[in-house]
Amino acid sequence: MSRVGKIARRSFLIGSAAILGGVAFGVYRVKTPYANPLEYGLAEGSATFNPWVLIDAEKVTLITPHADKGQGVASAQAALIAEELDIEFGQFEISFGAPDKAYWNTAMAAEGAPFMASDDSFLAETTRGVMGGAIKLLGMQMTGGSSAMPDSFVKLREAGAVARETLKLAASKQTGVPVARLKTANGAVQLPDGTALKYTELAGIAAGLDPVRNVSLRAPSEWRLIGKPMQRLDMLAKVTGTQGYGIDLQIDGIVHATVRMNPRQGGAINGYDDSAAKAMPGVKAILPITGGVAVVADNTWRAFQAADAIDCDWGPAPYPAEQDDHWAEVAASFTKDQLDKTWRDEGDAAAATAQGAFEAEYRSPYVAHQPLEPLNAVIRVTDEAVDVWSGQQVPRLLQQIVGKVTGHKPAQVRFHNQFIGGSFGHRLEFEYLKQAAEIAKQMPGTPVKLTYKREEDFAHDFPRHIAMARGKGTVADGKVVAMDLSIASPSVMTSQMGRAGIPVPGPDMQIVAGAWNNAYALPNLRVRGYRVPELAPVSSWRSVGAAGAGFFFDSFLDELIHEAGADPMAERIRMMNHDLSRKVLETVAEMSSWGGELAPGKGRGVAFVESFGVPTAEVVEVTNTDDGIRIDKVWVAAEVGQVVDPVNFENLVQGGVVFGLGHAMNSRITYADGMAEQANFWDAEGMRNYQCPEIFVKGLENGSKVRGIGEPPVPPAAPALANAIFAATGKRLREMPFNQFVDFV
Amino acid sequence: MKLVVNGTSHEVDVEAEMPLLWVLRDEIGLTGTKYGCGVAACGACTVHIDGVAVRSCQTPVGDVTGAVTTIEGLGDPAALHAVQEAWAEHQVAQCGYCQSGQIMQAADLLANNPDPSDADIDEAMSGNLCRCGTYPRIRAAVKTAATKMQEA
Repeated sequence: MSRVGKIARRSFLIGSAAILGGVAFGVYRVKTPYANPLEYGLAEGSATFNPWVLIDAEKVTLITPHADKGQGVASAQAALIAEELDIEFGQFEISFGAPDKAYWNTAMAAEGAPFMASDDSFLAETTRGVMGGAIKLLGMQMTGGSSAMPDSFVKLREAGAVARETLKLAASKQTGVPVARLKTANGAVQLPDGTALKYTELAGIAAGLDPVRNVSLRAPSEWRLIGKPMQRLDMLAKVTGTQGYGIDLQIDGIVHATVRMNPRQGGAINGYDDSAAKAMPGVKAILPITGGVAVVADNTWRAFQAADAIDCDWGPAPYPAEQDDHWAEVAASFTKDQLDKTWRDEGDAAAATAQGAFEAEYRSPYVAHQPLEPLNAVIRVTDEAVDVWSGQQVPRLLQQIVGKVTGHKPAQVRFHNQFIGGSFGHRLEFEYLKQAAEIAKQMPGTPVKLTYKREEDFAHDFPRHIAMARGKGTVADGKVVAMDLSIASPSVMTSQMGRAGIPVPGPDMQIVAGAWNNAYALPNLRVRGYRVPELAPVSSWRSVGAAGAGFFFDSFLDELIHEAGADPMAERIRMMNHDLSRKVLETVAEMSSWGGELAPGKGRGVAFVESFGVPTAEVVEVTNTDDGIRIDKVWVAAEVGQVVDPVNFENLVQGGVVFGLGHAMNSRITYADGMAEQANFWDAEGMRNYQCPEIFVKGLENGSKVRGIGEPPVPPAAPALANAIFAATGKRLREMPFNQFVDFV
Repeated sequence: MKLVVNGTSHEVDVEAEMPLLWVLRDEIGLTGTKYGCGVAACGACTVHIDGVAVRSCQTPVGDVTGAVTTIEGLGDPAALHAVQEAWAEHQVAQCGYCQSGQIMQAADLLANNPDPSDADIDEAMSGNLCRCGTYPRIRAAVKTAATKMQEA
């Protein structure tokens, strides 16, 4: 097998089946397009040109298959289609569509390939191509990894252009006017005499035509939507309480369920006493499910009350019961046997740090996702089909997993994706769907709504993975000379994909993501990942590995820069060996007027972390007050190639900074007696409004690749805050959350 | 028992201790008011009783004697309340799940304090958690709403 194949085999995160498929099926299969799912059962007189555009006599529907968990991607996907289709917001409806291979994610390979994003060599690009083919053959439809815009940016504009040109052809056939003399605007084909033929009027004729294939995309100078401030399609509904989320669904005959699962996650239920619960008002059924018990009632609160009244006998946790033992396991994993991979090895870091090295150790805790909409799902099981109404990010895997529980084929599982009240990775999981399916299977024909109590959601969050780092480094002549960083954590990919029944071969890049891939050039630089045996079950948490490893890398680099006596900004810029990344640092320095005089008690820190292909730099300014640390201002610069909607972009970046800062300040999950000690937002609240700094944002568009912004603002926030606190107080924070060591206002 | 919500009278047959939140959502079918935490830690369930913002998850329905206003009663997509208008103008929402509560809280603040300072906004709005981190826009929208309401 070629070197490219070997690299893909060793490093692909999706699973061995995908790799074998990708290489074995070859170019022909990879190039063959999937059938358009909108053609199945298409009504007479309706036209579809590709999997994203459906037009009938009544309306235009744009299919936006990436799940919208708050990042505004329903609007953004629609805007990309509308840009080329010449239709305005308000003139079309959107639909999340049904799960289908045709919606395979064309951008996931970029993140999975074991190359730095700054590496655009032939080998790197070829490997990404091979892996992309494998993802296509799997028909991997997925929202995640900040990939929605990279996946959609060309594909959806092409979909709009194909539809537009075919509608022009239809108008030409109807009127006899040559296509070359037709224009499009406002959801209609415009004739030379000024007559407008609405797309809906042309659907019948267009339905009989083969889609026009040879379309060209418009130049950026002609864009009327992309890059300009948009009004999100969901905004009016969300400010008037009329946006329906999964938890709000009302279906005839619906019953309300909740679950009590073993708080020692994955442990068994040995038995339960439901005698008190059974007699409570509104209780319809109490049903055993795997690892727990479910209550079905006529009202959510009554189900909650009854669930609390069940006396459960729980089995032990399948992981260490006490938090200290988790840390001990991580600390013991920096061994030759547990070396997962040496990801970066330039110069001779071992020799350069053999004597007189500066050393430091860092920790990143388990952290819960806890979006504000608790997990929920409505499922109805009949002999013929399973209907699932819920919000989830991997629809085709959902079909398999739910079908396995209910005894249906994946194609019999009809998934109706819903707007989601936040995810941060939580809706990549399937446990709540398996539980809802188990309950619904026991009540055939009845739509069952499962709603988690917040406490249940915390207890079964599948938090961000725990991690530790050990750094050794040396400095000379005011410069950083050597940096040797070792990071140990359990594999989040093994844990997460394992629950979905998918084996993950090879090293886990997420152990070192955000640490190995920053495009610095040092005389001696080594980054190694060590694999800790599986501990508590863990899951992707907004920015995944980079949330911890980015904190480790940038914090340690900052320490070395201070050891060298250099300026934190100037030294990062000097060491940066990638034009796009350097520009990000220079921009944030300019935005924040780095280097100016600060008032007494103030301090500033800068951090740079590249994640998901987005070089991102943040400057945090704090004041050391009598009441603790106050975060005053944050400046952010991020390189994304193209900002699709500057308003939503700014909102997402600000939100990412708040997410990164808030959890670094005060949030973690710890285990005692095998159970999470944090039960509600009192215990891990993140940031509150009064703590929120002013946040200034700039998106850079110098790169040639379009990137997503959902996750990249998170990783630099924690190290920038720690670096700022060091600057203000002289106190170096090496473990999150920081409120263990300093007070915050 | 009788409950007046958004000007409409409802007869509900539930335990007196059932939180108003669940009466609104599961009995009356008004789902704009959200369940977030159940312990008054997040503010997603905020409604008005006689014009005052309360956490409906911690308000037993049996204790409700005044008129209830939910987000659906504040304004609607065709006739927005000034606070909702400001929220749309600033494109505040991301996932939007907390925003019903944020808006009800802000409407209460502005009804009592037409020209709030930054400290007033912090004080009034900090019980409302936003996991997406839209706080900078919430703050700006409260100020815009204050201006709109003063001009009206």
